Amino acid sequence: MQITKDLIRHIAKLARINLTEAESKKFTKQMGAIVGFIEKLNSVDTAGIPETNQVNGMENVLREDEIENFPKMSELIACSHHPIENNQIKVKKSIG
Amino acid sequence: MGITELNLVETKKLFEEKKVSPQEVVEAYLSRIKKIDPKIESYLFVNEGATADVQHPTSNIQSPLFGIPIAHKDVFCTAGMPTTAASKILADYHPPFDATSVAKLKAVGAVNLGKLNTDEFTMGASTETSAFQKTRNPWDLERVPGGSSGGSAAAVAADLCVFATATDTGGSIRQPASFCGVTGLKPTYGRISRYGVISMASSLDTIGVITKTVADAAIALEILAGQDSRDATTGDALVEKYSENLRTELKGLKIGIPKEYFVEGLDSKVEKVIREGIAQLKKLGAEISEISLPHTEFAVPTYYVIASSEISTNMARFDGVRYGPTVANEEVENLIEMYFENRTRGFGDEVKRRIMLGTFALSAGYADKFYKKALQVRTFIKRDFDETFKKVDFIATPTAPTTAFKIGEKIDDPIQMYLADIFTAPASLAGVPGISIPAGFAEGLPVGLQLLAPQFAESKLLAVAHAFQISTGHHLKKPTFNL
Repeated sequence: MQITKDLIRHIAKLARINLTEAESKKFTKQMGAIVGFIEKLNSVDTAGIPETNQVNGMENVLREDEIENFPKMSELIACSHHPIENNQIKVKKSIG
Repeated sequence: MGITELNLVETKKLFEEKKVSPQEVVEAYLSRIKKIDPKIESYLFVNEGATADVQHPTSNIQSPLFGIPIAHKDVFCTAGMPTTAASKILADYHPPFDATSVAKLKAVGAVNLGKLNTDEFTMGASTETSAFQKTRNPWDLERVPGGSSGGSAAAVAADLCVFATATDTGGSIRQPASFCGVTGLKPTYGRISRYGVISMASSLDTIGVITKTVADAAIALEILAGQDSRDATTGDALVEKYSENLRTELKGLKIGIPKEYFVEGLDSKVEKVIREGIAQLKKLGAEISEISLPHTEFAVPTYYVIASSEISTNMARFDGVRYGPTVANEEVENLIEMYFENRTRGFGDEVKRRIMLGTFALSAGYADKFYKKALQVRTFIKRDFDETFKKVDFIATPTAPTTAFKIGEKIDDPIQMYLADIFTAPASLAGVPGISIPAGFAEGLPVGLQLLAPQFAESKLLAVAHAFQISTGHHLKKPTFNL
C-alpha cells in the first residue's frame, strides 16, 4: 500500500509526536519501505488460524486484591519535575 | 593474568582461597573502567562508590556472588542510580526501587559497578540509537558491538565487569554476544521476572545475562530465575541447579540444523565457522540432522509488527509528567501540547519510527490487516518449533548472518538493521530459550553459534553449550585493543 505524507502526519498526531517538514518526508519514505516489508505477511494463508498473544502457557494468574503501600512514596513523587500539591502532580488543564 | 580477566567461577575460587579480597577486585575493575572504558564507552554511569557496597547487610562471604562486580543494562531500575534507557526522555530519572533481578543479585552479594549503554529503550541492533554515546566493539573499535545489549556485551568482552544483565526481545542478548565473542543467555519467556525492567514489547521481553562462560551463566540463572508475584508471566517451572547439570559430552542427544538458516544473506565466512561448530557438536557425540522451520522467512516482519504495536502502547506512558525532563507548565497552553513537546524532544528517531509503525498497525482500518495477521503468523512460527522439538532435543544455527558491522553502516537503513535479527527473532516469537556461544572467528571478528531448546529446558541447553565451550576454548581468546 501507498504510505503518504498525510497518513504519516495523521499517525504522528495519534502518537503525540510533532514532525518537521523534513522529518515527515524522511519518515514517509522509511515507513513506506517498512510497510512494504511487512506486507510480505499477506502471502501467508492464515484462514482459521488462532492468534498467539502469549507463548509460555500462563493464563488468568489471580491473586488477592490487597493494598500494598509503596514504602518510598515521596521519592517516587519527587521523580516528577512538576509542582506537587497534596502528593499529586500538578499539570495544565486538559480541556479548553 | 590480571584479576579482571577471570570469569565468575575463577573469581569466586580466588575469594574462597582468600588470595584476594572482594574490595581489591572491585577496585581493580573500577580502575580498569577508568582506563579502558573511554575507548569502549560501554558505561553510561559508573558507581564510583562500589567498593563500599561489598559489605551489604544481607550478604556475607558464603553468599553465591559475594563481592562479584557486575553491571546492569540501563533499563534495569536501580534505586538511587540513574536509569535512562539511553533516552533523553528519562535522562535524569533516578528510580526509588530496584528491579527484581537487581534486588536478587544484590541480596546474594553482587556489587553493582554501574549502568551499561543500550539502544534507546532497547530498540536497535547496534547500540547506535542510544541518545548518549556509541559503544565500540572491543575486537575492532570501528565496529558496533551489536545491540541492543551492546554495552553489556562490550563490557564483558573488555573485562569491565564479571558479567552483566541484559534483555532480549528479538535478539538483543544473543546478537551482541555473537558480535563481541562472549556468552549470551536468553532464557524462556517468563523464566526471569521483568518487574522493574523498562518494557519494550511485553509479550517478547526476556531478561537474561551476558557472561564470560556458560558455567557463569548457569550460576547467574540459578539466582535470577523463578516466579515473582510482581510479574504474572513468570512461570512456576522448577528452578534447577543449572550449574551442577553441565556436561562434557553429547552422546544420545539429537541436534537439528534448520535449512532455512543457511540461505542467501548468511555471510560465507560466518557459515564456514558455524559448519565447523556443527562438526564439533557431532564429534562430542550428538546426532546431527537437517530439519525445517518453514516459516522462518516471516519471522522478522511478524516480529516488527507485534513488537512495534506493543512498543506504541508501552511508550505511551512517557509524557514527562511523572518522570524525566519536561517543559514547564507555563510554556504550554494545555496538557496535550505538553505531551507533544516532551515526546517530540525526548524520543530519538528509531523510537519514533517504531511508535508510528505500531500506531499504524493498531489503527482503525489496518489492525486486522497487520496486527491480527502477525499474531496468526506467530502461531505458525511457534508450531514450527513445537513440531521440531518432537524430533530433536536442540536446534543449532548461526546467531547472526554477519560479524560485527561498521559504525554508521546500517543506521540510515531500518530494514537492513532489522534483518540483523533474522536468526534470533523466531525463537523470541516462540518464547523458547537460546544461547549464543563463541564458535570461532572470521577475519579476526567473533562468530556466535546459537543453540535453542524447548521452553524451560535451560538446564539441558546450558549443559550442551558448556560441552561445546570447554571442548573448543574459543571463549578464552581476548580482544587486544588495549595493548
